[in-house]
Amino acid sequence: MPSRTDVYKYVWRLPLILWQGLFFVVPLLLMVAMSFWLVRNYRMTPDFIFDNWERMLTRGYVWNAYEVTFLRATVAAALASLIAFPASFALAFRVSETTRRWAIFFLIVPFFTSYLVRVYAWQVLLAESGPINAVLGFAGLGPFTMLNSGFGAMVGYMTLVLPLVVILQTFSLAAIDKNLIEAAANLGAGAAQRLFNVIIPAAKVGLILGAVFAFILSFGDFVSPFYLGGSKPPTLSILIIDTTKSGQQWPRAAVVAVMMIVTLFVVAFAAVGAAYGRRNG
Amino acid sequence: MSTSSFSLTRRGLLAGSASLVLSAPMINRGWAQDPTPINMLAWYGHAEPDMVAEFEAENNVKFIPKYYAGGDNMLALIAQSPVGTYDIILSDAEFVQQLNAAGYIEEMDASLFPFDDFWPQYQKFPGHWTDDQLWSVMVRFGLLGVSYNTDALTRDEAMSYNAFWNEKVKGKVGHFDWHLPSLGQISLLNGNNNPSPFDIDEAAWEAVMEKTLSLKPQVGGYFDYGGTFASLKNGEMLAMCGIGDWITGVLQKDGAPVASVIPEEGGIQWTESYSIGKGTTKHEIINKFIQYMLSPRGQVRSIQMAAYPGLSPTKSGWTAIQEANPAEAERSGLIEGHDQSPIKLLEEGRLFFRDIPQQQSLEDWNDFWSEYKTA
Repeated sequence: MPSRTDVYKYVWRLPLILWQGLFFVVPLLLMVAMSFWLVRNYRMTPDFIFDNWERMLTRGYVWNAYEVTFLRATVAAALASLIAFPASFALAFRVSETTRRWAIFFLIVPFFTSYLVRVYAWQVLLAESGPINAVLGFAGLGPFTMLNSGFGAMVGYMTLVLPLVVILQTFSLAAIDKNLIEAAANLGAGAAQRLFNVIIPAAKVGLILGAVFAFILSFGDFVSPFYLGGSKPPTLSILIIDTTKSGQQWPRAAVVAVMMIVTLFVVAFAAVGAAYGRRNG
Repeated sequence: MSTSSFSLTRRGLLAGSASLVLSAPMINRGWAQDPTPINMLAWYGHAEPDMVAEFEAENNVKFIPKYYAGGDNMLALIAQSPVGTYDIILSDAEFVQQLNAAGYIEEMDASLFPFDDFWPQYQKFPGHWTDDQLWSVMVRFGLLGVSYNTDALTRDEAMSYNAFWNEKVKGKVGHFDWHLPSLGQISLLNGNNNPSPFDIDEAAWEAVMEKTLSLKPQVGGYFDYGGTFASLKNGEMLAMCGIGDWITGVLQKDGAPVASVIPEEGGIQWTESYSIGKGTTKHEIINKFIQYMLSPRGQVRSIQMAAYPGLSPTKSGWTAIQEANPAEAERSGLIEGHDQSPIKLLEEGRLFFRDIPQQQSLEDWNDFWSEYKTA
């Protein structure tokens, strides 16, 4: 018989379980089921056929899009982590508590505006006739093609993920026990040794989570590769749109979506394992 | 003592005024009935004030639009809605047969529409009739050819689809992201004009795919409606495959240095037609609206539609636009003998109705389009 404490424990957990069940597990199961459905006369019919899976998994363009999406998301995660780290380090160790709070506030401000609006602003800025090329033109450089390219898409990814990565890294670095760093210094560790042997291992969880969030958001993003990358080449999210537009093939689009979710699960679990796994030796 | 049986005190005036003001909405409601709603399924722009406000005011109706983007999207919206949801459906001509086959539209009374006023080439538009049964009435159309930045290419250079391979536009050729118009144009470049660029055998289809892939190094991006506008306007793209004056005509009004021509190899015609939605109870007013759209004043509005311009299938429409806006008539070739006149192009065998592939499946074309984009 459960004790009173156990009952309270389950009651407090209930909202989260219900939320995850209603808005994650049920839609996910529905999507998996939909991937076996049939489209007849532009109308989906519940069925259990493997045609959608066979068709999508045997098409070269699906795997090309998968490769591009995975590669871009990996680069975005690495780039965002690298660009964010110096700023996060400075916010964690080199500024006052008040300055850090203000900085965090300003990192949250971009989320007040629509991501799509920010991407449209980048369209203007990155255009060949835009202000960035105009400034470069004064120095005798360019014009450079930045829009409708991988570079343009990457600028969009950074717009989406960089503030979040900085925030996660900053929280993680600021939580490090400063005594550990001082102890390392007292024992003669140089700056690089303190960074690589003390600070980064101690902040590992936050650093990895930042990178994982950057990967997840970039992997599923539609806006940047479409509006700044010119769909050239298409990513999986663009492929989903294309597939639904063509013959209303939602079941085939569901196959792509399941591929994406499985990938994100694998990456996320691997990352969590790396973040929380015990070091040997 | 009052000298009159009717006296107006200040209090009486205030009370009277107040009751008049309070009862005004009731009086108004009594005088005029609420407008009859008409549910329209259409491409964006067709139920906007520049197109329907005059008809609404004259007939006390109110159009309630549901806009779609593309024929597939249209068919899906109908398929997912109860019968009778849409009173009037504007469709691309190549989808009328599918609407009819699926039972989504009703037969129309041909005697109600001025087919005698149509140019002969459009009187019996393919797919709109089964024998003498009418299912859809063409109201406007447009041409797809080479759209280009006039600072980058000359008109002579644009008079062939080979313009897309021109070194001057390397990396600056955009595609409207829909396989039918782009592949149709490349099919025309390959000489597939008999009977149609969409009716080609396997060998010709292979050649179209090969030719299309050779364009890849020139391509700067694939764009939706908004992206096509933006990229041509800001000069990111200097030539655009798969579009025509329906995009560049709007940009020209904004002063952008862009134009569209039908090249020597020929052009593709998009066609928009009205059908009556299955299950509607508003046949009379819908027929009246289609008659209005086919009238000279309706055609003048349609030709100059704010969202995207179109051309008129009626002779009186041509005359009306020549009188109302000679510059627009000249710009869009709605003058007999004009080198871009659609009737002249049809007579020369240089204009082909956009269609779905006849010897391959739509999926084949769509699959190749996806492969091309990722190549």
